Amino acid sequence: MLEAFQFEFMRNALLAGLLASIACGIVGVYVVVKKIVSMSGSIAHASFGGIGLGYLLKFSPVLGAMLFALLSALTMGLVTRKTKLPEDTATGILWALGMALGVIFIGLSAGYAPDLMSYLFGNILTVPASDLYLMMALDIVILGIVVAFYKEFLLLSFDEEFGTAVGMPVNGLYLLLLCMVALTVVVLIRVVGMILVIAMLTFPAALARQFTHDMKKMMLLAVVFGMIFTMGGLWLSYALNLASGATIILLSGLVLMLSYILSAVFKKVKPERA
Amino acid sequence: MSDSDVVRLEHIWVSYNSTPALEDINLHVKEHDFLGIIGPNGGGKSTLLKVILGLVQPDKGMVTVLGNPPARSRYKVGYVPQTSRFSVDFPVSVWDVVMMGRYGKTGLLKKYGKPDREAARKALERVGMLDHASAQIGALSGGQQQRAFIARALVGEPRLLLLDEPMASVDSAMQTGFYELLANLKKEMAIIMVSHDIGAVSVFVDKIACLNVQLYYHGSKEITPEILEATYKCPVQLIAHGEIPHRVLKEH
Repeated sequence: MLEAFQFEFMRNALLAGLLASIACGIVGVYVVVKKIVSMSGSIAHASFGGIGLGYLLKFSPVLGAMLFALLSALTMGLVTRKTKLPEDTATGILWALGMALGVIFIGLSAGYAPDLMSYLFGNILTVPASDLYLMMALDIVILGIVVAFYKEFLLLSFDEEFGTAVGMPVNGLYLLLLCMVALTVVVLIRVVGMILVIAMLTFPAALARQFTHDMKKMMLLAVVFGMIFTMGGLWLSYALNLASGATIILLSGLVLMLSYILSAVFKKVKPERA
Repeated sequence: MSDSDVVRLEHIWVSYNSTPALEDINLHVKEHDFLGIIGPNGGGKSTLLKVILGLVQPDKGMVTVLGNPPARSRYKVGYVPQTSRFSVDFPVSVWDVVMMGRYGKTGLLKKYGKPDREAARKALERVGMLDHASAQIGALSGGQQQRAFIARALVGEPRLLLLDEPMASVDSAMQTGFYELLANLKKEMAIIMVSHDIGAVSVFVDKIACLNVQLYYHGSKEITPEILEATYKCPVQLIAHGEIPHRVLKEH
């Protein structure tokens, strides 16, 4: 393993994993406790439209993904708050529309779409330095928003109705939260790919929830778990010559399942809490 | 109109998908009033509280809370919802839940300060939950959670307290203490408590109204069987519960 770090791409891969873990650990906690997992999945998949647009109009597919992710987050937030369309219907519509647009755009763009697979399934080994800077900037933005709005997001996630009753602008904050999910999708896209983003948004946070009832600690733990999973997955994929994104997800999924099984067994032994 | 009107509802109509929930509701609540509203489930009790909070917009009619539209008076109103639908493993402590009640006094982007923490400590002490401040909210019993939510409503130093079915999760051992708390609170604020439990409401409140889409309000504590029957749309017998202090109302 150690000899692998002599290569620049390996160091970039590690840095990408660490940067991705920060965003997915923090935002993932909100995704899990606010129960917007499938909505986040929809935002992630809709970003494929932007990737396609990037190929078609010859600009960075990552920027295209960011544009589409933010647009779909805002659309989803407004549609679910201002119309009577059920949330899961809106989720499904946007999910499919974004993907369909992406397919059409890529079909229209002349010739072959290079590293399309890496956007779909991630390739942590090919993350260019420019994307690392973007990831770092987005991490800073996400961290800044969470620090500034910590008490608002806590109230929003816990009891939205009470939030409205005490005069908090819940709809605006909800849109902001969805936009943070969109930015996190962009941070993660190079590491695990847009199809597997949802796993990185969910698994580390869900695992952290098993160990703490304090939201700040949960975020910290989720970031640490994310780092362990990306580094562990990266090493496994290197050692076994497997696709890195999928290996990271499988590793975290296995650990999460194991922790659920262990805690179920553990709870049977321990008396129920009052 | 008088300055002491804490809540004024004038000809309020609310419907959900053309099913009427509230019809032509008129209600005046004055300072230090303790109003009990009883009525069957689905009779619009929670809706009425949400109208006062500005969470539900009436189709017709005028709402004034402390001289302003509800949305502008929210920070002066304490609200204890019927049930909180949070998941039991939500990562938040009792302390943090109570602090949420200070939002109206703090505002967007501002951090909670020393006065907020002091208010939270007092509110928790008042409901006897200070020892549980660091517990995770979902780990508490239903009655303890209810007290934490009352503390969350009190911490903002409200002038009006709205309680939605507070007895639903208060265990019987806690009831007396709960009523004593309310008796104390009414010296400081107006209280509106809704319940489908007639016995629970009638003992401590000063005024009773019956609500089943329409409001039958007589400004006194005496409910006649006629009012009850009009509210519940069926013959009603008044039953006195033995386990709590009670007052037998009019012979029927």
